[in-house]
Amino acid sequence: MKELLMIAIGAAMVNNVVLSQFLGLCPFLGVSKKIDTAAGMGGAVIFVLTLSSLCTSLIYKFILVKAGMEYLKTIVFILVIAALVQLVEMVLKKMMPSLYRALGVYLPLITTNCAVLGVAIINVQNDYNILEGTVNGFASAVGFTISIVLMAGLREKMEYNDVPKSFQGMPIVLLTAMLMSIAFCGFSGII
Amino acid sequence: MKANSPVERLYNGIVKENPTFVMMIGMCPTLAVTTSASNGVGMGLTTTAILVASNMMISMLRKMIPDSVRMPAYIGVVASFVTIVEFLLKAYLPDLYSALGIYIPLIVVNCIILGRAEAYAGKNPVLPSLFDGIGMGLGFTVGLFSIGAVRELIGAGEILGFRILPASYEPVTIFIMAPGAFFVLALLVALQNKVRNAAGNKKKTASSSCGSSGCGGCGNTACSGKNQ
Repeated sequence: MKELLMIAIGAAMVNNVVLSQFLGLCPFLGVSKKIDTAAGMGGAVIFVLTLSSLCTSLIYKFILVKAGMEYLKTIVFILVIAALVQLVEMVLKKMMPSLYRALGVYLPLITTNCAVLGVAIINVQNDYNILEGTVNGFASAVGFTISIVLMAGLREKMEYNDVPKSFQGMPIVLLTAMLMSIAFCGFSGII
Repeated sequence: MKANSPVERLYNGIVKENPTFVMMIGMCPTLAVTTSASNGVGMGLTTTAILVASNMMISMLRKMIPDSVRMPAYIGVVASFVTIVEFLLKAYLPDLYSALGIYIPLIVVNCIILGRAEAYAGKNPVLPSLFDGIGMGLGFTVGLFSIGAVRELIGAGEILGFRILPASYEPVTIFIMAPGAFFVLALLVALQNKVRNAAGNKKKTASSSCGSSGCGGCGNTACSGKNQ
């Protein structure tokens, strides 16, 4: 139990996927203009990332390792993730229309979110078992959601600021990300 | 310059649609592996090799791949090349392999490669696609090298392992940590905005024809590249 907690805190705070591992930067910079959309994206990522870490660990343990084909993991994982996203989209549309309306737009974008593939590969590299892998996936996604929602809140306030002309747009967002990243460095003492 | 000629493609990739500074795509590896200039160049050239190979392959297969399943097909092609390159690096350049680590398999989801497949290689013959891949790849390498060089210079006082600043210089180690990556990229983009704004103003006052072609051309290509 303690081990799982350590993995969870490590993935969500200390090694935050976005701010210290630079995974999933495209949505972090792209859909962080409003808190609502950022939270929607975060929810979709939590959903898919938890499910995909479970699936990829299962497939790795029971198919790839058994067949001695660990070297195919990159190809297999990315195709599994792409298929999973499609499947989740279809299932949500049929079963839970309200959740689909909230997350639907963000689901297709997640296939190319490198955090999803990144966490699957980290799970394999760190030799996590299936439960640890799933917890790591969930916690990483929570870390992603925390950082993207915080970023969206800051950007909403920044709308009213008088930013120098050269820094408007991406540069000021990157500077904000830098300050957030310094703050998250402070968590490194926890573990 | 003639459209789709090799020289035009190289110029387009390195200057006009530079993936790092103009298009702002492929940000994850850009920030993650640029702790030193040599890592940046290593990542850039690895990506170039995969980009050239996948561009050629996709261009060859463009008439065979049905439109509705082109994305999975492209991902399959790219993932295969990434796996091949991963093995080659592991065998012949183990130092680079361990320095780049998890970011080698993540080249699969680098938007530059799928973006070029979708925007260019899927529609054009093999030779222009080859040079498109080389141009874009070199543009990416230049971007990674410049970010890596700035970070290494300030964070360690060296470039490519050679000492540039005197030994009395106290390295600012935060520049080779995560926050430094965001900071350097922010400054480089701001600098480029500054230069572009200045150039835009100058062109407006100096000659109208030049201004319209420069700005218009630049804006249009960026848009079309993303929309296609």
